[in-house]
Amino acid sequence: MTARIERPLSPHLQTYRVTLTMALSIIHRATGVALYFGTLLLAWWLVAVATGPGAYSYVQAFTSSLIGKLIVFGYTWALLHHLVSGIRYFFWDLGYGFKANEREALTWGALIAGISLTLLVWIIAYAIGAGR
Amino acid sequence: MSGPSLRTPLARVRSLGSSHSGTKDFWRQRLTAVAMALLIVPVIVIVLMLLGRNQAGAKQILAQLPIAIILLLFIIASAWHMKIGMQIVIEDYIHGEKTKLALVMANNFFCIAVALASIYAILKLSSGV
Repeated sequence: MTARIERPLSPHLQTYRVTLTMALSIIHRATGVALYFGTLLLAWWLVAVATGPGAYSYVQAFTSSLIGKLIVFGYTWALLHHLVSGIRYFFWDLGYGFKANEREALTWGALIAGISLTLLVWIIAYAIGAGR
Repeated sequence: MSGPSLRTPLARVRSLGSSHSGTKDFWRQRLTAVAMALLIVPVIVIVLMLLGRNQAGAKQILAQLPIAIILLLFIIASAWHMKIGMQIVIEDYIHGEKTKLALVMANNFFCIAVALASIYAILKLSSGV
């Protein structure tokens, strides 16, 4: 029987100190997975419009409920955060923004822009919705 | 790849690597990302236009050609983007070969089904039936 060779293993996630860029990398992936399942909502909504008033009333009942509003709010943030966070990756793909202060600034920028844009969209939505 | 070939080993592996599909997914992930970044503002405007409307009102807006085209482009880009993204997640975390294959397949089915349902709904609205 051959002896088991002790090969070097990559350290587990818990070994690393949590940094902002690391946290945002995880959030980027998590929002991507959330958006993946969120597309079911988009498909449901489009199919309901195409089906008729009865089917659409279920969508409206969902989006006007508290839990529905929370999910759609979360979906808006996930979408807009993933967008601005993704734009950050373009800078890195093109070879810019690798200095410590630059990558911190890009990452804070994505975090703040994602939240700000979400609030902006919902303020506009409520302003329009109130008029209808 | 057996038997004599006039292609050099370098030409055979160039931009392919061990996956035999090279950087195709990397490129397509960026291509669809740029497409969605360009489309996101009109898409949000369309969604805002539909707020608070009943089914008849929503139908009227979604049946308009420019709106249908923008949504179709966005749906195709997002289905493609999320197929690639989820496959990367599966390949990163699922180590059992059979489970991995089953999930990669399920991922393809899910993305195609969601895209097709959405596309069909928009085309149905555009045709006015």
